[in-house]
Amino acid sequence: MTEAAKEKAFRVHLMVCAGTGCVSNHSFEIKEALEKEIKKLGLDNEVLVVTTGCNGFCERGPLLVVQPGNIFYQQLTVKDVPHLVEEHLLKGRPVKKLMYTPPKEKTPIPVLSDIDFFRKQVLIALRNRGLIDPEKIDEYIARDGYVAMGKALTQMTPEKIIAEITISGLRGRGGAGFPTGLKWQMVRNAVSANGGAKYLICNGDEGDPGAFMDRSILEADPHSVIEGMLIGAKAVGATQGFVYVRNEYPLAIKRMTIALEQARAYGLLGQDILGTGFDFDIKIVRGAGAFVCGEETALIASVEGRLGEPRTRPPYPAQSGLWGQPTGINNVETWANVPSIIARGAKWYASIGTPTSKGTKVFSLVGKINNTGLVEVPMGITLREIIYDIGGGIPGGKAFKAVQTGGPSGGCIPKEQLDLPIDYESLTQAGSMMGSGGMVVMDEDTCMVDVARYFLSFTQDESCGKCTPCREGTKAMLDILTRITEGKGTEEDLSLLQDMALAVKDSALCGLGKTAPNPVLTTMRYFLNEYETHIRDKKCPAHVCRQLNVYTIDEERCLNKGKGCDLCRRNCASDAIQGAKNEAHRIDQSKCIKCGVCFDVCNFGAVKVD
Amino acid sequence: MPKLTLEELAKIREKTKRLTTIREGGEYRAKVCVHMGTCGIAAGARSIMNALMKELEERALGDVLLTNSGCAGLCSREPMATVEVAGQAPVKYVDLTEKKIKEIFEKHVLGGRIVTEYALGIGSEKTDF
Amino acid sequence: MNQGKVTEILTKYQADESALIAILQDIQEEYSYLPKSVLVQVSKELNVPLSRVLSLATFFKAFSLKPKGKHPVHVCLGTACHVRGAQRVLEKFERELGIKSGETSADQEFSLDAVRCVGCCGLAPVVQVGEEVHGKITQTKVAGVIKKYKQ
Repeated sequence: MTEAAKEKAFRVHLMVCAGTGCVSNHSFEIKEALEKEIKKLGLDNEVLVVTTGCNGFCERGPLLVVQPGNIFYQQLTVKDVPHLVEEHLLKGRPVKKLMYTPPKEKTPIPVLSDIDFFRKQVLIALRNRGLIDPEKIDEYIARDGYVAMGKALTQMTPEKIIAEITISGLRGRGGAGFPTGLKWQMVRNAVSANGGAKYLICNGDEGDPGAFMDRSILEADPHSVIEGMLIGAKAVGATQGFVYVRNEYPLAIKRMTIALEQARAYGLLGQDILGTGFDFDIKIVRGAGAFVCGEETALIASVEGRLGEPRTRPPYPAQSGLWGQPTGINNVETWANVPSIIARGAKWYASIGTPTSKGTKVFSLVGKINNTGLVEVPMGITLREIIYDIGGGIPGGKAFKAVQTGGPSGGCIPKEQLDLPIDYESLTQAGSMMGSGGMVVMDEDTCMVDVARYFLSFTQDESCGKCTPCREGTKAMLDILTRITEGKGTEEDLSLLQDMALAVKDSALCGLGKTAPNPVLTTMRYFLNEYETHIRDKKCPAHVCRQLNVYTIDEERCLNKGKGCDLCRRNCASDAIQGAKNEAHRIDQSKCIKCGVCFDVCNFGAVKVD
Repeated sequence: MPKLTLEELAKIREKTKRLTTIREGGEYRAKVCVHMGTCGIAAGARSIMNALMKELEERALGDVLLTNSGCAGLCSREPMATVEVAGQAPVKYVDLTEKKIKEIFEKHVLGGRIVTEYALGIGSEKTDF
Repeated sequence: MNQGKVTEILTKYQADESALIAILQDIQEEYSYLPKSVLVQVSKELNVPLSRVLSLATFFKAFSLKPKGKHPVHVCLGTACHVRGAQRVLEKFERELGIKSGETSADQEFSLDAVRCVGCCGLAPVVQVGEEVHGKITQTKVAGVIKKYKQ
C-alpha cells in the first residue's frame, strides 16, 4: 500500500488472519485472491484488505472478519473468494455457507461476537487481536497505543507506576506467578554495580509444549510488549531492554523487529523519548533452542553468549542479573498487560479475577477439543466453562478424561475437578500449576501413563545436566515409566517411582527439575488404576502403549463392508498383512510392528485394536 | 522522521482512528445503505456508492457507516439508498442520482433533516439475512 | 568453505564475543550446519577457546554439526501433537524417507528431526518443512507432504 492510500478511508475492511496457524492454512493466498477479485470488480477504492495477527480460533482457519458488521468467515479456500467478494462486497449479501456453524447445530452464526468461542472471552493482553495490522504502528496508536506510556513518562513518578502495578495485583504470567509490582520494586531498590546500567528482559522463550500465547502476542501486537517495557523501564530506572524470542518463531521475530524499527523511527525508543529526557532502547535476541532457557538465570546466561545453564538463586536477577546488573525479567503476556493497567487504572484491573489472582489469563486450548485456539478469560472461570462453553467440548462424542495445564512442570486435572475455578493457588492445590497457560485436553483415547512418560522424556531430554537430581532422576523415572508402558512393570515400580519423584522435586537446582515430577505425581494421584492395569493386566486401556496393543482385522467386515479394499496391505510398514483385493485380509502377528497405519487408513472400521 | 511529542502522537491517533473506526463496532452518527441487487447496479448504484465514498473522504468522517445490501425489491425506482440517522427511523430514497445523494448527505446524514422530495417513505423492513 | 562469508558475519557482530550464539546462528543458517573449519575460524578470530564454541554448538538444538537436508522436516512432538498421534506421524516419515529421526537422506534432499512444539498447537499434529507449517497431518497425508518437495 502506498503512503497516499494509507490516508484514504474505505467503507469495508477485510481483516485476514495472518497468525501462524492461518498462514499455514494459506491465508496469504486468500489475501492475494481477495485483492485480485476486489480489483477485478472495481471495488479497490472502497474495500481494504488488512492482515492481522492471530484471531485465536485457529481450528477454523483461514479466517476472515468483515468490518463493519463483524461478520466471521472461516475455513476459506481460494475458490470461495470470487463468490464471497461478489455477494458480500458488491451486492451486500453475506455468504452463509462460509460462516461458522457450531457442532451439532444447523444454523450458521454470522457475527463473531455471537459465537460461543469468542463470547465468554475478556480481552486485555489480546486487546488488539484481529483489529490491527501488527506491522503498522499507526494502527496500534489508533487503538490508544502509547497513551499509557505517555502518561507514565509525563505524569507519573517511578514510585507511582510501581504502586499502580502492585495494587493491580498483576502476577507473572510465565508460570510461577510472582507479583510483578514487587519484582519491579526490587529492581528499583537494587544498586547497580560500578554505577552501571539496569536492564529489562522480555522472556519470549515460550518453551512449554502446547502453549503459544506469547508467540501470538508477539506476532499480533508487538507494540503492546514494547509499550509495557517502556513503562517498566521508567519504573525501575532501566536504560536497555532485550526481547528474547525462541528461534522456532520466525514470524514473531520478524514482526517484533519491524515494530522496534517503527517505534525507533517515531522516537518512542531511543534518547529523550517524547522530549521528556528519558532514554530506553530494546534489542531483539534470538534463542537457540533450549527449553531450559525459559528459566530466567539460564536465559540471562544465553543472552550473555554463554551456555544456557541455570544457577542457584539468590541472588535473584532483580539484584544481580544480566552482566551482574539489576535486571527485571517478565514474560511476554505480563508485559502486554502493563499498558492497559496504567491507562485504565489498577482498580479496574483488580476488579477482574479472584482475591489472589487478578485480571485475565490467556490459555491455549488444544488437544482433544472441538474449538482449538487461543482464549483470554478472567481468572476464576471454571475449567468446565473453558472446555465446554468456549471449547465446545470433546470431538467425536468421546468422554473427557483430563486436562493438562502448566506444560512439563504441570499436571493432569481429572473430570472430578472440572468445576475448579482457575487461579494460581487452585491449580497448585490440584497438583498442577498455571504455567504459561497451555491447556491440553485429553479424552478416553489418551493414556495417562503414556502422558507421564511423554513429559519425562521431554524433561529428561531438556535437562541441562548441571545438577544430579534432575539429570539422573528424570532418567531413572523415565526408565521405570517406559518399562510400565511396555508391559514390563512391577508393583514395586510404583512406590519407587513415587519416592524418586518426591526426591527430585525436593533437591533439583532449578524450576525445570523441581517441577519435572509433577506430571508423574498427578497422574499417579488421579489415575493410579491406569498404572495398575498396565502392570497387572499388561493392557493399555486407551490403546496408546503400542507394545501392549494387538491389531486384528474383522474379516467379515473387511469383506462385506470394504470389499477387501487392500488399502491396509498397501500401507503396511512390515508386510504383515496378507490378502488381495476382494478378499478378507489378515495380520500376521509375528511380523506386525504395531505402527497402527492399518487402523488409521481403514475406512470401514474393520481393523480392531485390543 | 523527527521525534514525536505527545501532541503529535495524539494527531496520529486521531487520524488513524478515523480510518479504522469501522472495525470497532461502536456508535455511528448515521448509516447509509446503498441497495445493490443486479438491477440496482444496472441502474447506477455504483456511482451512488462512489459519490458517498467521496463525501466521506472529503469531509474526513469516521462515524458514518456506509454499507450495501441486496435488491430492495422495488426495481423500477433504483438506484435506492436507506439513510438511518442514529435514534431516528430509516428513510428510503429512490431514483437517485449523484447530485441527489450529495444533497441528501449534506442535509439528512449531516444535518438530520429528511429530504422529503426524494424520499419514498419512512421506515424499513429489517435487512435480516 | 567460503571464508569471506564467515568474515562478513563476524564483522556484522563486530567480532563481539557475547554475540557468539547469534554468530553461530547466522552460520547455521548460511551452511545449514556448523562446518568444523568455520568453527575453528570463529574460535581464532574471536579469540575464544574452540571448546567453548563447541560447547555452545552442542548444547543448543538450533545447531547441527552435520549438514541438514535441502528440505529440513521437523515433526512436532509437543503435547498437543503427541496426544493427537504425532509419534506415528514421525515413524511414517522415517519409513517414507528411509531415514531415522536426526538423519539426512543420502541425496541431501531431506533431513528429519523431531522438535518440541512449534507453537501451532491449534492445528495439531503439525509438521514443519523449511519455514512452511503443515497442520492436521495424519499417517495417510505424509506421502503427499513429501511429494510436494520432491523434484
